[in-house]
Amino acid sequence: MPSEKQQEYRDHPMNEKEEIQTNPELDESVDELTDDLETLLDEIDEILEEDSEEFVENFIQRGGQ
Amino acid sequence: MAIPTIIGTETEFGISVKNAKEQDPIAASTLVVNAYKSRNLTSVSWDYGQESPLTDARGYIAETGTIQIDESNNNVINDILINGGRYYVDHAHPEYCTPECTNARDLVIYEKAGELILEVSRLTAEELLLDNQEIIIYKNNTDYKGHSYGSHENYLMSRQVPFTDIVDGLIPFFVTRQIITGSGKVGAENGADETEYQISQRSDFFEKEVGLSTMVERPLINTRDEPHADSKEYRRLHVIVGDSNMSEYAIYLKVGITSIVLQLIEKGVIGNKFCLQNPIAAIKTISRDLSCNKKIELHDGRKWSAIEILQEYLTLAHQHLTQDERTPIVEDILEKWDFVLQSLKTDLLSMGQYLDWVIKKKLIDAYIERHGLDWTDARIRMLDLQYHDTRPEKGLYARLQKNGHVKRIVTQEEIVNAISHPPTDTRAFFRGTCLRKFGNDIHSASWNSIIFNGPTGFDKIMMDRPHFGTDEIVGELLHTCTVDELVNKIKADCN
Repeated sequence: MPSEKQQEYRDHPMNEKEEIQTNPELDESVDELTDDLETLLDEIDEILEEDSEEFVENFIQRGGQ
Repeated sequence: MAIPTIIGTETEFGISVKNAKEQDPIAASTLVVNAYKSRNLTSVSWDYGQESPLTDARGYIAETGTIQIDESNNNVINDILINGGRYYVDHAHPEYCTPECTNARDLVIYEKAGELILEVSRLTAEELLLDNQEIIIYKNNTDYKGHSYGSHENYLMSRQVPFTDIVDGLIPFFVTRQIITGSGKVGAENGADETEYQISQRSDFFEKEVGLSTMVERPLINTRDEPHADSKEYRRLHVIVGDSNMSEYAIYLKVGITSIVLQLIEKGVIGNKFCLQNPIAAIKTISRDLSCNKKIELHDGRKWSAIEILQEYLTLAHQHLTQDERTPIVEDILEKWDFVLQSLKTDLLSMGQYLDWVIKKKLIDAYIERHGLDWTDARIRMLDLQYHDTRPEKGLYARLQKNGHVKRIVTQEEIVNAISHPPTDTRAFFRGTCLRKFGNDIHSASWNSIIFNGPTGFDKIMMDRPHFGTDEIVGELLHTCTVDELVNKIKADCN
């Protein structure tokens, strides 16, 4: 059962081809995220640090400015 | 009177050693910075004589402490780069400072070059560790346990601008610009209200409107008055209320629109128009409002959203920037500023290729949906952290960029070139070129000084004007002179 947020996410598919006004000189072609979303999520599954729980617990910094 | 734009950023990186028996961030930072330094043939120290971090812009010198510098350690923890920047250990973090740049686009190039410098250092340092150990460096601002580290911006300003105008004009801007410049964070910190996700990494850490401290009770306006330049003419605005950005687009707009707002303040056209009723509460409210629509109260009772306030600043920019001030890059920034505000208003998710907090949010939403997780799951916190991982094969932002999923502002070639070449249009050109050419004859240097170690003793050259020392002014001299000729010529010119 998808949550409200998940439904909202589906209602905003990223593959809607919208004309985006940017400076053409500085603009590079960008693939739409959804086209490869599944591939990307597969990649994240592969590279996400194992033992996330332990990893994030042990990430402690002194802090700076 | 308008002064030339000079900007630079400082980034403190998070650091961790995987499979280490015990985490020692100072040792790890020193190892990483030294690994890069060991690649250089010269050993130039930092000239601390030029620093005065306790001088307050409100007109006094803080008496609460002094900065202790262990000179014997100077060389170990400082590297002055041939690109004109600085790389060193600050507290318990590796820190990279860009050289002085004259525009937002160059700044993006040099900030991104810093990430490559960190990556080279990391790989070099890792060779000294055990086989199963790995150094991980994060370009983020928190360990999610209440310890924050900074991403600072520096802008040269005229000393003539009253400090109260800076405070009044900037606070509403700093409180609201996070909807463009935020890097996104899972959860809350520092006693702020709980939330699943918020726009800014740093907003929870701001507790005062104005102050000198950068480590505790952080202020929206930092009053450190250390111009690293002629203090009669200039002040350096030291901005501590910003997130470290992975997105080139976000870095570009962050320094681009802030430079423009400072120009408006110099022109005296902002005054107290947008002063907020409670900026410290507002910065946290806005960070938690993922719609960007929530209204906050101004001092006179008006209620505006962050988008509306930033729109007002943009309108003033259109009204008051002169033709001369509207360089092609400034023009581009104005266009992108408008585009981003319109998009945030009408189709927020379309910013998922542009702005860090939206890019990260979309990634997490998709991951949550795939695995049926909730926001408190450790994998979601891991995903947040790993977005900022600077390793090209592990960093999630790096992967998105590699696969063409995020907008870029500059080219990879420009970034690689900036590792070893200074900008040509600021004093960073003189500093970087001297280090490259005469490194063995330089004892120490700082932002505004170089001390040459000549046959008759030390010769100190001051560089109190950041927009001098350019290729145009000193290029020929640097390319044709020996070090003695150079020093003698400059000394003769000064007398």
